[in-house]
Amino acid sequence: MASDPWPGFARPRLVGRRPASAPGELVLSLPSLLWLGVLFVVPTAIILAMAFKPADPYGGVGSGWTLATWRSLGDPNYPAIVWRTIRLSCIATVACLLLGLPAGYAIARAPFRWRQTLLLLVVVPFWTNFLVRIFAWKVLLHPEGFLRNALLSARFIRPEQTLMYNEEAVLLVLIYTYLPFAILPIFAAAEKFDFSLVEAALDLGCNRIKALVLVFLPGISRGLLTAALVVFIPALGSYLIPDIMGGPAGEMIGNKIAQRVFVDRHLPHASALSALLTLSVVAPMIVVLLTRASRSPAGLRRET
Amino acid sequence: MPAFLQFEGISKAFGEVQALRTVTLSIRKGEIFSLLGPSGCGKTTLLRVAAGFERPDEGRVRLDGEDITELPPNRRRVNTIFQNYALFPHLNVGENIAFGLRVAGRPRREVREEVQRMLRLVQMEDQVHKKPAQLSGGQKQRVAIARALINRPQVLLLDEPLAALDLKLRQRMLIELDMIHDEVGTTFLYVTHDQSEAMSLSDHIAVMNNGQVEQVGSPLEIYEAPLSSFTAAFIGDTNFFDGTVMEAVNGEYSLLGINGFPDVLCFNDRPRTVGDLVHLSLRPEKLAITRERPPHRLHHNVVNGVVEDVIYLGSQTKYRVRVSEYLLTVLRQHQRTLLDEQPITWDDGVWLDWHADDGYMLERYRERDEDLMSLPPNDSDEPRGE
Repeated sequence: MASDPWPGFARPRLVGRRPASAPGELVLSLPSLLWLGVLFVVPTAIILAMAFKPADPYGGVGSGWTLATWRSLGDPNYPAIVWRTIRLSCIATVACLLLGLPAGYAIARAPFRWRQTLLLLVVVPFWTNFLVRIFAWKVLLHPEGFLRNALLSARFIRPEQTLMYNEEAVLLVLIYTYLPFAILPIFAAAEKFDFSLVEAALDLGCNRIKALVLVFLPGISRGLLTAALVVFIPALGSYLIPDIMGGPAGEMIGNKIAQRVFVDRHLPHASALSALLTLSVVAPMIVVLLTRASRSPAGLRRET
Repeated sequence: MPAFLQFEGISKAFGEVQALRTVTLSIRKGEIFSLLGPSGCGKTTLLRVAAGFERPDEGRVRLDGEDITELPPNRRRVNTIFQNYALFPHLNVGENIAFGLRVAGRPRREVREEVQRMLRLVQMEDQVHKKPAQLSGGQKQRVAIARALINRPQVLLLDEPLAALDLKLRQRMLIELDMIHDEVGTTFLYVTHDQSEAMSLSDHIAVMNNGQVEQVGSPLEIYEAPLSSFTAAFIGDTNFFDGTVMEAVNGEYSLLGINGFPDVLCFNDRPRTVGDLVHLSLRPEKLAITRERPPHRLHHNVVNGVVEDVIYLGSQTKYRVRVSEYLLTVLRQHQRTLLDEQPITWDDGVWLDWHADDGYMLERYRERDEDLMSLPPNDSDEPRGE
């Protein structure tokens, strides 16, 4: 650069995509490929294959191939449950983003000596077993529990209303469980964000809110995307939370899969349901990855 | 001309650190005014007070007669060029430049025309679709200038805008900034720690040190008539002497007694009385160095010494000459290189000659300011309110 007589006019030299993997890179990525293959691709393929098998009378998988299982997914029960699963997952995702955004922002902007403590507080719930924490909610929201009695005596709720065994209770615990997973990537993105950009936006006429929307949110978009994925995907597959908090009114697809396995002992049916779930999780992810790849500036990075 | 941007007794502290101590400055309309000082002197804080990012603990800021001290940044008609440019990475060049007008809700057509005008001004017409990450430092700089000027600010604030560029590019951008200023006529408030930037660009310079203004003046005044040892040492090189006034010479001159020197004649800016202690600043290029004793001339001082060091700098040579307890820096501009001329070299006895008007008696002197000259200028990182 220093020898360039008119550097201001120099066209940025673009570096193409790096040459396809050298042998060294292949060796290095082999363990993770193996891990993915053995523990993800193969089991998924097995499940998918099982969905095309008939069931045998003893709860196992029969021989031959059939499409009967897939046809039985047309049961009018399923659309409602699939819809509930997707709806609750979406609401939980949006709620976690809305709650995680101010939290992540506040932690990133906190004085450095506070930051570690605040992060620790976000992670502290993980020190308690997941199941124990859900049972704690059950105690809290129980029909004979302290909270309901208090609300009842304050006449906030009517005697026929309950705090659990409904969709709202499932949603509440979903949000509670996945909020830390949303805060952490948002915090990580906000911490790397250059806040002089917000000052620049203020300087150019934005008020604080406009500056945050026009500059901060686009600046942490990857953190937001990651947060959305790590909430939405596990929420879709929830089983324990709706099982304990939901009752029949709050069932999600995970409960149906478990029922097919343990109650009906119909493995192909369970396989078809979980294949459906896996596809509905993997499909949006592939879309996201594809759009990310096409928008990624990796191929346009300047030589430095 | 009346003051356009005024700082009236501005003080600002960040915790224990007093960044500004009752700073009062007046900046005229249309001029380039530089705040010059070492890192931590408060110059960036003062700029941020003007922009509205910092609220002063005391004092008022007036712009065109209006008190803007309490106004948030978005309601001030000033725009900033940030040290790291702060271009929005998710927007391309055109969208970055259009940002201010879009936020203001101006009609699409007008925005497009203004962006075109600005792109022409900074000669970036062919880069409009590029993202900031694809631009070189100089190009980012141009986009930052266009993005600020499109809002037609009353004052453009520039926070060390050239600090991130390499030397050649910095010199080129300096000329371009001057040309842009000539074209738009906006008042520029320019923060820098680089004396050569400030000298070549500014109509007026405020030299700042330790949260205070040391001196305000034109580049010529600052260089030729420094009030303090800080200004003398921070702007260019100099030689300091301590002396006592021995005798007044027809009112205009004083005869100084300086240890190890014959009596030194020096011009008085202010009346001096016999017995006054004075500090003399003498710029290295004002000293003529010769092998032979120069002929006696009126109002000239002559002293002999021994060369301790010779530093060849291409267009100039720097000599370090020992005169009793003083080690003087002498700068000699090469008029012509006579290859058969016997050059002055180590351990040569030489004569130094300077005019009485070229020495300058300082009003304020601190010994530690002498260290400023031996240090390269620091990169600025000033305390900011975090």
